[in-house]
Amino acid sequence: MPEETKEPSPVSPDPDGVKPPSETSAPPTNAPAAKAEAPVAAKPAEPAKPAAAAKPAAPAAAKPAAPPKPEGPKPELWDSEPVSSLRSQYGSGIKEASTYLGQKYLVVDSSILYEILLRMRDEQLFDYCVDITAVHYPKREAQFDIVYVLYSFHHNDRVRVKTQIKDGDSVRSAVEIWPTANWLEREVYDMFGIIFDGHPDMKRILLPDGWKGHPLRKDYPILQQDQEWVQINLGIESGQ
Amino acid sequence: MNDKTDRTAYLDLDTKDETFLDATELVLNMGPQHPSTHGVLRVILKLDGEKVLGTECVIGYLHRGVEKIGENRTYTMFNPYVDRMDYVAAVSNGLGYCEAVEKLLSVEAPPRAQYIRVILTELCRIASHQVWLGTHALDIGAITPLFYCFRDREEILRIFEKYCGARLTTHAFRIGGCLYETYEGFEEDCKKFCDFFLPKLDEYEELLTTNRIWVKRTKGVGILNPEDCIALGVTGPVLRASGLKWDLRKAQPYESYKNFDFEIPTGLNGDTYDRYLVRIEEMRQAVRIIRQAVDGLPQGPIMAKVPKVIKPPVGEVYHSIEAPKGELGYFIVSDGSTQPYRMRVRPPSFVNLQALDKMVRGLLVADVVAVIGTLDIVLGEVDR
Repeated sequence: MPEETKEPSPVSPDPDGVKPPSETSAPPTNAPAAKAEAPVAAKPAEPAKPAAAAKPAAPAAAKPAAPPKPEGPKPELWDSEPVSSLRSQYGSGIKEASTYLGQKYLVVDSSILYEILLRMRDEQLFDYCVDITAVHYPKREAQFDIVYVLYSFHHNDRVRVKTQIKDGDSVRSAVEIWPTANWLEREVYDMFGIIFDGHPDMKRILLPDGWKGHPLRKDYPILQQDQEWVQINLGIESGQ
Repeated sequence: MNDKTDRTAYLDLDTKDETFLDATELVLNMGPQHPSTHGVLRVILKLDGEKVLGTECVIGYLHRGVEKIGENRTYTMFNPYVDRMDYVAAVSNGLGYCEAVEKLLSVEAPPRAQYIRVILTELCRIASHQVWLGTHALDIGAITPLFYCFRDREEILRIFEKYCGARLTTHAFRIGGCLYETYEGFEEDCKKFCDFFLPKLDEYEELLTTNRIWVKRTKGVGILNPEDCIALGVTGPVLRASGLKWDLRKAQPYESYKNFDFEIPTGLNGDTYDRYLVRIEEMRQAVRIIRQAVDGLPQGPIMAKVPKVIKPPVGEVYHSIEAPKGELGYFIVSDGSTQPYRMRVRPPSFVNLQALDKMVRGLLVADVVAVIGTLDIVLGEVDR
């Protein structure tokens, strides 16, 4: 695997929002490193990939076992036919294509997200949209990751397509590609306040319609509630 | 009730119903306090006479913000919370969660723990299907199966109680394996249950499979073809009843499932009756798996080497298992601290419930009850 040296900065591609707390305690690090090469549910469809992806990480991480820095497995470059064909068309629109612990993911620009999703379904046969969710990184400029977990019955394979958008931006709804996106996108809207353009019924799903705030944002503390809603609708001072 | 030939006529939504001279649409509210909605599901039905023109589900009455709680608890502390989602299959929830964190930690449970996990998870699958069968049959009008199912489910709960002290929200597994070694007589109890349960299963079938009322109420009701299932993301027995042979235990085996010999039952028509047959057969296959696992239960440790303070490396992982209701997935983002940065649960009930509208269009109100039952939803998991 010569690609791994070319990889730009594989350590922490995403969470710059919250800093991991400084290493005060030193947990035994050998356990994660030593067994890095056998993920429980290795995918049968891609026999070579998970093993090859995890192996180079194991010796690298096994050596600094004593120092208090737990180095986990690193994302590996995912370079195969579907990725290169997407790359040749979209160029820098494909920001990253990697595997982590044998799981493939693509990071794409939000402007081409819809096209990529459409091509994933029609050309790569990822016909089943497992899940759509988001992650909030308040300190990043593009605050939200939107994550699409896709599965292909033909290849028995999973891939995650991720994109990053700013607060207030919207992406095109995937309901036309997978009808299952309907409720999943509504939940993302409910919890994060991300609008999906072209969604047939963009409204809250789990919280009541008049609720203010989006609870899974990081600036929404766990005890916070929409007090006004609680007082009007439940007739009590506070739900806490 | 109309028989099947009449029913197909109902599916035609475009031709006007001539029997009512002044037919207007009626909006009917069903739930959230309705016994056949299995909890606090509210369905708004748009009706023409008794024919359903469309539905809208209102959910969230049981929303507790499990994902938010997950972000504010350590990995170990969050473990019991997952039992409260699908509370009739708490063991499966725990299995999925523990495996997802183990994957993030690159740890694998020892073989003995994996076998114990499989035994308990399959017992839990039977218990979950028993709750489904009892309540589903009750909704349609057969009262006896409810008593039979809950009577026999007691035996499973007794095994759970002996194993970990809890009957329903068991918190049976820990990250890295199992906390408890099996109690003395565990194997015998499981074997005894298998011998006891198979004749009981025949009894359920005797009550229902060829029962004319049951067949009339379920055959041809709520049909989903495989294409619709895939498009709507429906998984589990509902998907398999439509004819697609897909089970995560076979497709992407986790734990020790690859060591066991079992079949994936599938249906032909994708109707409520087929879903019933698939789940009944799944219980038989679960017994097969339990027998093999008990016979082959290896010796050895039950806990992998896991640090006391669980701090997975920075990264994210999606892991899913075949829960009794479908694909149960956990998407965990770790920032290297003791608490997950993001804890997403992909609940099978939530996604499956979305298919309700497609399934009941053109049917009668009484069939909506049958279809809600056949989807096997648990509102604790839908709302989380």
